[in-house]
Amino acid sequence: MIKLVRSKIAILAIVSSTIPSWAMDLDTVKFRNCTWCHGESAQGYAPAPRLAGQTERYIENQLLSFRAHTRDNPFSKQYMWDATANLSSRSAHDLAIYFSTLTPKAANDGDKELANAGRTLYENGNPDANTVACAVCHGPNAQGIRDIPRLGGLSYYYLKRKLEQWGEGYHAAAKSPMPQIASKLSANQIEALASYLSFGK
Amino acid sequence: MTAKSVRLVLPTAILAAVLSVSCRAQDPAKADFSQQALQAKIAYCKTCHGVSGQGFHGSTPIPRLAGQQPQYIENQLRAFIERRRENKYMYGVAHVLSPSVQTALANYFHSLNSKPVGGAPKELVAAGKKIYEEGLLDANVPPCASCHGPEAKGDGEFPRLAGQLHDYIFNKLVNWSKERGQDPKHPDTSAIMQPIAHNLTKTQIESVAAYLNYLE
Repeated sequence: MIKLVRSKIAILAIVSSTIPSWAMDLDTVKFRNCTWCHGESAQGYAPAPRLAGQTERYIENQLLSFRAHTRDNPFSKQYMWDATANLSSRSAHDLAIYFSTLTPKAANDGDKELANAGRTLYENGNPDANTVACAVCHGPNAQGIRDIPRLGGLSYYYLKRKLEQWGEGYHAAAKSPMPQIASKLSANQIEALASYLSFGK
Repeated sequence: MTAKSVRLVLPTAILAAVLSVSCRAQDPAKADFSQQALQAKIAYCKTCHGVSGQGFHGSTPIPRLAGQQPQYIENQLRAFIERRRENKYMYGVAHVLSPSVQTALANYFHSLNSKPVGGAPKELVAAGKKIYEEGLLDANVPPCASCHGPEAKGDGEFPRLAGQLHDYIFNKLVNWSKERGQDPKHPDTSAIMQPIAHNLTKTQIESVAAYLNYLE
């Protein structure tokens, strides 16, 4: 018990020491609202994805899309719509910068036996089935760029549900091609991809 | 179905498929693909190349295809397949395309006409225009316009450059000999650009690319 408390304090101390000075203007309340679900070091818990190390523009776009109710899957509706209801664009921008600077940890929670199949699909797609290679946009190491998210190391459960939900008709943030891409994937392909990516960086 | 009739189904089906394919092959007017298959393939191309074929900045710049010379597209698809032009993603895409699908895709993308995505540094445009129109005599670089056209629309196997992504142009020119002409036993038209790409400095390439980026 004491050990747990000590390590939590240590995490808080480490995290707060990495906050750059401009972010001291950030409303502390907003940051704590994020940590309830996304974790104190923003590595994520279950359906709340890791935010640490995510690309800045992606985070910002998602916050704005929650506020605009564009992203509409059940957890978005239940949690993120309220969380962003009063979020200013400036705060969204600042939060995005902050989270993007945190060091991400890999979830490593996928199925190891499916990871190889997932990697083949990630790197090559399936030209016969008109499935694009994820790497073309998300990068060879799933590191993302600009407004395209980093996928490496995200939780298997989160990735799997996102891919499935796009196939179920839920919307992505504006201009994202993911719904039409994901709806063509089979259940096996989704599990393989989500597994492979969960072991990434 | 009885066991006996089931055993005949598969060979009969194969025979029917073979006969129908060979019949179509004898009729050059009939394509070997359905309109539905073509539309699906087009949607697949557009996932990376942009909803209007305008190109897209993915993890790497993905080129504009809208308004491209169909002969050039077909040549590049062949080059990817034969690995004279090295690109692992495009090899995967291209080698499953039949020649008639390649032609149909080339003609389709040629017909698109979208606004350039822009984004190149505007301060380089003037210098780029000068290089494009006049070349660089001291560096043995002919005017680009002499082959690519005064408006960079291309001609036949010379590609359209107008509206192309500036960082795509930069990457291709800088990496020309690493990516093109990769089969020394089968040299191709990419050899024309090799000395030009080699003689241009990085700044000159950036300038020309910026100029072309905004051309409609």
